[in-house]
Amino acid sequence: MTQSGMHTPHSPQPSQSPATRPLLLEMQDIGISFGGVPALRGANLSVAAGEVHALIGQNGAGKSTMIKILTGAYRRGSGSVRFEGREVDFRTPKQAREAGISTIYQEINLVPFRSVAENIFLGREPRRFGLIDWRTVQHRAAALLDSFGLHIDVKKPVGRYSTAIQQMVALARAVSSDAKMVIMDESTSSLDEREVELLFTVVRKLRDDGRAVIFVSHRLDELYALCDRVTVMRDGQTVAQSTMAEMDKLQLVTTMLGRTLAAVVHDDPAAREANLARRGKQAIAARDLGAHPKVSDVSLEVHAGEAVGLAGLLGSGRTETMRLMFGADPLERGSVSIDGATVTLKSPQDAIARGLAYLTEDRKAEGIVPELSVRDNLTLVCLRTLTRNGIVDVKKQQAIVDRFIASLGIKLRSADQPIRELSGGNQQKVLLARWLAAEPSLLLLDEPTRGIDVGAKADVAKIVRELRDAGLAVLMSASELEELTAVADRAVVIRDGRTVAELNGAEMSESAIMDAIAYGGDSSSQLAEAAQSASAAHIEDALEGDRHGV
Amino acid sequence: MVFKLDTESMQSEPQAGQEARPQPGSEASPQQTSSPTSQATGVRNWRRLAMQRELIVLLAMVLFNLIFTPHFWSLQTFNVNLTQVVTIVIVGIGMTLVVATGGIDLSVGASMAISGALAPMLFLNIPGPGGIALAFVLPVLAAALCGVFNGLLVTRLAVQPIVATLVLFIAGRGIAQVVTDGSLQAFNTPAFQWIALGKVAGVPFQVLLMLALVVAFAWVVRKTLFGQYLLITGGNEKAAYLSGVPTASVKLIAYTLCAALAGLAGLISISVNSSSDANVVGLGIELDAIAAVAVGGTALTGGKAFIGGTLVGALIIQLLRYTLLAHGIPDAAALVVKAGIIVAAVYVQRRSR
Repeated sequence: MTQSGMHTPHSPQPSQSPATRPLLLEMQDIGISFGGVPALRGANLSVAAGEVHALIGQNGAGKSTMIKILTGAYRRGSGSVRFEGREVDFRTPKQAREAGISTIYQEINLVPFRSVAENIFLGREPRRFGLIDWRTVQHRAAALLDSFGLHIDVKKPVGRYSTAIQQMVALARAVSSDAKMVIMDESTSSLDEREVELLFTVVRKLRDDGRAVIFVSHRLDELYALCDRVTVMRDGQTVAQSTMAEMDKLQLVTTMLGRTLAAVVHDDPAAREANLARRGKQAIAARDLGAHPKVSDVSLEVHAGEAVGLAGLLGSGRTETMRLMFGADPLERGSVSIDGATVTLKSPQDAIARGLAYLTEDRKAEGIVPELSVRDNLTLVCLRTLTRNGIVDVKKQQAIVDRFIASLGIKLRSADQPIRELSGGNQQKVLLARWLAAEPSLLLLDEPTRGIDVGAKADVAKIVRELRDAGLAVLMSASELEELTAVADRAVVIRDGRTVAELNGAEMSESAIMDAIAYGGDSSSQLAEAAQSASAAHIEDALEGDRHGV
Repeated sequence: MVFKLDTESMQSEPQAGQEARPQPGSEASPQQTSSPTSQATGVRNWRRLAMQRELIVLLAMVLFNLIFTPHFWSLQTFNVNLTQVVTIVIVGIGMTLVVATGGIDLSVGASMAISGALAPMLFLNIPGPGGIALAFVLPVLAAALCGVFNGLLVTRLAVQPIVATLVLFIAGRGIAQVVTDGSLQAFNTPAFQWIALGKVAGVPFQVLLMLALVVAFAWVVRKTLFGQYLLITGGNEKAAYLSGVPTASVKLIAYTLCAALAGLAGLISISVNSSSDANVVGLGIELDAIAAVAVGGTALTGGKAFIGGTLVGALIIQLLRYTLLAHGIPDAAALVVKAGIIVAAVYVQRRSR
């Protein structure tokens, strides 16, 4: 246990200002298991009043579980939670809310058709003679939002306003209910820059009022812009607690991904270079892709016979980029060309007709048809080619199913088995087979190794390499960098919906990718930071000069 | 494994991450998938049982009647029960298709009324076999048009099926009444009414027609591309769309077929009664059809279509009503029992999932 030191209430963290403030929340040694599988093991989180605390980690690191325990949605298996110095054990979200912990989710839990004012005071409407006093409701709502610097008509339905304003209404609701702690779970993921800034102003105001804010986000820049301290989680444990100032971006990324720079093992760069040297023609090229809000400017190309890794943190726009390239979402800007010719893909059907395949990230929601058999799932895409006069040729279908079950090593009892009964890895292989059966020339693989066991991961990686060697063009994303570098010949790194770096062959390594994720080609923010500090210095100089002058 | 793993850390770390990954919010918990075989056989047996469950209930009811209901064992009783169930089954087939897409069609009764109102106008006003032929074709096409309307509302405008089909549920009967001036059309046209009253080897033709449709559509669902696309669309629409399945067309066809079948049922209904009253034809049939679908084991959430189950479901409901009536239990009470059966069927479905 690396964090044994954190067991003392005041962790041996640098005694910065937060340590001088009283701790509002201390969660220690939290453990919880689901069906015998531990989701949290000795996780810690301590937050002081008057700070914005970043809680970060990859998907499945345990952030949400931690928050759900705090808000009473789950009950912890072990450990202790102290809130305002008292031991607490919230059994329902309502209890947590009453104790002063308010949560603002990504999908905002407001009632869209009711007015802003009603939403703010929902369930706590001031009454007069047993009736709701609407005038007071509206007055107080307007006053509250004014104090946020937000001047809107509180009588309008909240659904008419932008997501950012809805977030602020949700914040106002938290404030009006005297929340001592506000948890913001990926609140900014659907906001644009200007809206984010607006929201941050309000969050800072809350902090200055002495409230604590737990801020969950995957956008590094935002964390540095807003947060005072950070807790990093990985694999259900707390792996770092620090002030934001003491942890630079690269450290943050490496801690989060669990890869120290020293431990990063390089693949065979020579082999990659060789592969790149013998790759074929350009298969697909995306130029300046944009679609609000997740993708603002992505360019990349994939050649036949090469595997390109699409790297970036969660929420950086990987999935959205692939969906745009596959015609699943409408393109707002930019263009896609296939085999050198610009194409307009109106639907996945168009993309499939042009030889594209898209393995979705969310296997359950967008991949398997759970109740149908493995056979029906596997032949879903190629089914059209297996029919004569609209009747499915069962023999041909079975032949394809048998071939792929054998060649991909899919373990099952029978092809008639519903796919939901298979393990995650085998489901993924069936879905991969679903696309391969359609004989595509270009594969878009979104997190093909997510949520499957190590053996299956290796199998999938091997299959992907074989496909590349067979001349297919492969674009693959993966949160686990070692999985990306194990397969890809080069990597395209995106951040906040922009291509920030392209690392070819020998240039590509886990550390290089992490570097790009943290700072990558993002001259804008670095320059901006530099410019800001420079101008501050400038002003100080000028002031000095003035004083001296006088 | 041929694939080489780079470091030890890769072996151990992702695995650890793996185990921590299943978020309890998502249902895909590892224990579900860890022992697929043992669980699989269990589920499979359950399913086989589930398919037979409805049949067992039906047989039990037949047995009960054979013992306790006088005159049950007669061709007449047999024919009465079957003919009363024909329109429900035919409408139920179409309803099964729509329910398989995850939708529902409330407007089937109205489609029946429209078709039932048009037919007499054709065969009463156009003499000869041409009139009879047109009276079979045009009303069904008119009903199909209602289905196209429903389908477009659901697919193009993304209106919830229950609301989309509510439009014609309300307006359809009105249209039928406007067409007929609200008057009852009585007729005696054996050539047309043969569809309901004719017999082949002692069995009413409408019963044979019903059985033929059940067999045909069961085959369509199991063997054709459309049938597969239907189940895929209902089973996971996002996955279907991303796999290139023309989900909108599939739904449109389902609603169109459903309405066309309702149109056909309308023709049978007016032939039985030798009259067409736009106010009465197909009244309340949507509920009987939905009940038959539910009792027949088709999940109302979509992704499944048991056409044979719908037949059995309709027979169960019919036989229940007959049994209660034969034993002197008033119709009002019979309705309550019918509701009870539906609740039981849905409950059992939930349990077996």
